[in-house]
Amino acid sequence: MREIEYSEVVDAVKNMIITTATNLPEDTYDALKEAMEKEKSPVSKEVIRQLLENADIAKNEKRPLCQDTGLAVFFVKVGEDVKIKGGLLKDAINEGTAKGYEEAYLRASTCEPFSRANLKDTLGYNLPAIIHFDIVEGDKIDIEYAAKGGGSENVSRAKVFPPAAGKEGVIEFVKEVISDAGGNPCPPITVGVGIGGTFEKACISSKHALFRDLGTVNEDPEMAELEKIMLDEINKLGIGAMGMGGTKTALAVHIESNPCHIASLPVSVNVQCHSSRHTHITI
Amino acid sequence: MATYNLTTPLTEEDTRKLKAGDVVNLSGVIYTARDAAHKRLVDLIEAGEELPFDLEGSVIYFVGPTPPKPGDPIGSAGPTTSYRMDSYSPTMLKHGSKGMIGKGKRSQEVKDACVEYGGIYFGATGGAGALLGKKIKSAEVIAYPELGPEAVRRIEVEDFPVTVINDTYGNDLYQMGREQYEVKD
Ligand code: SF4
Repeated sequence: MREIEYSEVVDAVKNMIITTATNLPEDTYDALKEAMEKEKSPVSKEVIRQLLENADIAKNEKRPLCQDTGLAVFFVKVGEDVKIKGGLLKDAINEGTAKGYEEAYLRASTCEPFSRANLKDTLGYNLPAIIHFDIVEGDKIDIEYAAKGGGSENVSRAKVFPPAAGKEGVIEFVKEVISDAGGNPCPPITVGVGIGGTFEKACISSKHALFRDLGTVNEDPEMAELEKIMLDEINKLGIGAMGMGGTKTALAVHIESNPCHIASLPVSVNVQCHSSRHTHITI
Repeated sequence: MATYNLTTPLTEEDTRKLKAGDVVNLSGVIYTARDAAHKRLVDLIEAGEELPFDLEGSVIYFVGPTPPKPGDPIGSAGPTTSYRMDSYSPTMLKHGSKGMIGKGKRSQEVKDACVEYGGIYFGATGGAGALLGKKIKSAEVIAYPELGPEAVRRIEVEDFPVTVINDTYGNDLYQMGREQYEVKD
């Protein structure tokens, strides 16, 4: 059994939060650059140019890329042969999150659903983090983290279709969600699609699909093909960067699919804005 | 698509020459407010009470910035989604405000109010918080400090880049842009 100090996890998570807030991942930076070259609308081209300049300023001057520094979302794979010494893993992740957000002057954005009271002084700075755990073989802890802003979450949607809806029904649904969203989720976006499973499995899969690096190809050839079709359909909508009209509404569509019940076809669409702040570490 | 350099407060002469799609580099004093602050401001207007700043010719920026680092006037400060202000904006325009900066679609009532009162809805690049924050030279909370990031701030901007989304003629860049680039099978 490998032992990891509680404080080691806290520090690792804290550092992850701080660097992610100011560093646009390379895959996203490159994809935006390519989108700028290919974009046909001069207005959208200028918007994407500003986004690249923004990323340079954020990195060089250590300023948050966006003022919405998000809720902290984690996918954590815990090896069966690891033990945290001195506390619970969940507490360590939350503590690292609060420290990272507060020390780096990031925004505390968690609140109560109805009173809208900010939770920073009661639960902790930007707490609670949203954590999805999985148990795997081995003696390591694998942490994927994303700072997820509100604008793109607000347009995300899920629906359980009858099986007869098929691929066409799913493509139509994805198009409808993105079309209704327009410029609100800060395009150029990445679209995560969860297909199959149960209602909640589809939702979680659509979120996790957003963690995949841009430019990678889906391992399942059928889904890879479907991703291409969806991307093409979305970019035909003409929404463009920040909704100002253009040919590059989405950078990519990522699908995660699961086996499902014979009676249903759940689909979830989770949208990621251009400020796709995510990282991955292994402890 | 023309480019203008404008300084606040804006006059009707300034706003009536702008067309959807024009780029404006804005300088001068503007005010920040989000939903919670808008509600209070509109309540004051309706009660006939004095506002914390002069509405005439004012530009309101829909933003909830990150806390400033020591020595900086403000943190990252990009626009927030504007539709949450839709129910308040017509009243603000009616009482002299001339501009709004945000991101995302507005309601028909807001677009109509822009035509009637000579107001402009500007779009700033969402998620360009570091870049836009740098264009802010000073910031001072002038009302509702208890709202934290949502407090009303008086900020001074220099060449703050915005695009005209809704002009005083009823045009909407979101619609026009999309129609131009939509591919119909
Ligand atoms: S949608 Fe993304 S880029 Fe836009 S304001 Fe929200 S977090 Fe920032």
